Amino acid sequence: MDAYRRYTAAKGLVMLALVVSIGIASLIALGAGSMNLNPYEVLRALTGKGDDVADIVIWQIRLPRILAAIVAGAGLSVAGCVMQNNLRNQLASPSTLGIANAAAFGANMAIIVFGAGSVRSTGADAVYIANPYFVAFSAFVWAMAAASIILLLARTGGFSPEAIVLAGVALSSLFSAGTILIQYFAQDVQVAAAVFWTFGDLGRAAWNEVLILSAIVASGLIYFMVRRWDYNALGSGEETAKSLGVNVDWVRFGGMLASSLITGAAVSFLGIIGFIGLVAPHMMRRILGGDHRQLIPASALAGSLLLLVSDTAARTIIAPVVLPVGAITSFFGAPLFLYLLARGFERK
Amino acid sequence: MILTVEGLEFAYPSRPVLRDISLSIAKGDFLAVLGTNGAGKSTLLKCINRILKPQMGTVLIGGDDAGTLSRRELACRIGYVPQHIERTRTTVFDAVLLGRKPYIRWEASAEDMEIARQALRTLGLEDYALRYVDELSGGERQKVVIARALAQRPQLLLLDEPTHSLDLRNQFEVARLIQRIVKEEHLAAIAAIHDLNLAMRFANKFILLKDGAIFAAGGFEVMTQGNIESVYSLPVEIKQFGDIPVVIPA
Repeated sequence: MDAYRRYTAAKGLVMLALVVSIGIASLIALGAGSMNLNPYEVLRALTGKGDDVADIVIWQIRLPRILAAIVAGAGLSVAGCVMQNNLRNQLASPSTLGIANAAAFGANMAIIVFGAGSVRSTGADAVYIANPYFVAFSAFVWAMAAASIILLLARTGGFSPEAIVLAGVALSSLFSAGTILIQYFAQDVQVAAAVFWTFGDLGRAAWNEVLILSAIVASGLIYFMVRRWDYNALGSGEETAKSLGVNVDWVRFGGMLASSLITGAAVSFLGIIGFIGLVAPHMMRRILGGDHRQLIPASALAGSLLLLVSDTAARTIIAPVVLPVGAITSFFGAPLFLYLLARGFERK
Repeated sequence: MILTVEGLEFAYPSRPVLRDISLSIAKGDFLAVLGTNGAGKSTLLKCINRILKPQMGTVLIGGDDAGTLSRRELACRIGYVPQHIERTRTTVFDAVLLGRKPYIRWEASAEDMEIARQALRTLGLEDYALRYVDELSGGERQKVVIARALAQRPQLLLLDEPTHSLDLRNQFEVARLIQRIVKEEHLAAIAAIHDLNLAMRFANKFILLKDGAIFAAGGFEVMTQGNIESVYSLPVEIKQFGDIPVVIPA
């Protein structure tokens, strides 16, 4: 019993370490950029005692961006964690199930077919999206459509876990093909706007977006935590879960719906940010084991940290050029994906 | 009677599996369900705890119709040990604590922890408590799952081929364990078993399933050469080794 308590406490320490790391990374990220601030200046600005320029840089530009990284990272990561559990497949994640590609398709529809995107006449940042909320809405609707197809296949099609991921790959290419077709018949400025949208970019998040996303991710997290024992039971197999009193169909539907909502919202506001939902939960599962009591919060924290670090790297590697963070996350996500495949679909 | 099944029928869309199954089992009984592959043994177990929904018939568990109980209520009465056991990356203790799932509202209570610990002790797994399940051998994993089913504090244990893929010693240990648990914990057990000799050594009630229907049911008296030959379509002989009956293909 004491040994078990020590074991649980050790898991708590890992989470504490993650929280501290996120704090430190946030301070660094707040200070880093074209206007370099040291941690002392950052803290002064945060408490409203800094000079005016620092105030604006911190409060209007960097803080929303950093919060967006923390919230979206957490959301994408728990979404992946829950999808992997619900579909009983370690390779399930927002980016591998075609949901991200479906969102991109939706955004393209909105920008090109419904003309929500446009281009300003001059200026370096010529590409701009006239009605970002309509684009986000369309992206969201299509993301949910893809999620429903996955759910349907898993439920009634009797697809095996491996087949679901393959179905996700098929859906991904279907939506990519749709996107290509739409772009083929579009004007070049519309294509530019659409492509620009596709790059995952945390700079798009102003306070409004951050607040909406936070509300969605927070409700999702609460729901997932309520369901954590159900997910543990599901981890031992569908029949076992049923024999332990879990209404498997309902739990799975709720889990996939909530994780799709989170993914859809994150992708719609920020564009495609790949692999966070795969890498972060997988790392935590290695370190903490598959108990969702700890795995869910730890995955959220790890996702936040990963996206925050990636974004800070994206902003500073070849500053003043800001790289799309989606490219950075995919850059170290893809090798891990290959590593997972090489280990042969090993179950959690 | 802990469990009474009356006129149970189950069919997959393409083929019927179980026809007119009736049985009952009392506290202290260890019922072995025997029959060839595809005779419907696993399906019968799954129909009893409603992993599968039977099309016809009633299942009474502790006097209540299983069809009117919620899944959670059912899980408080029936523990299930599936045929295929997942290699989860959780500690043995957490895997057993999961058996308290039907009782847990928000977090496991001290009582839940204590019951899980007792289940570990019953199975002799105390030293394994903090080992990961995916690092255990097949026999150890089987015991972990039985411990989890016990932690549910059920009146009835359902075990789907609990000894398959185990070595000789582990088969023997697990079968004896089930026999002991049934006596000590005052519950009943139904196990689908392939090994006739193991069944006859440890169980006290038998059901012979043939093509989804009960061919014979009862105590040792039904385990006759004639019945076994009919059910398995194979000539056999039953020899006595001391007081241990052994079935061998003739």
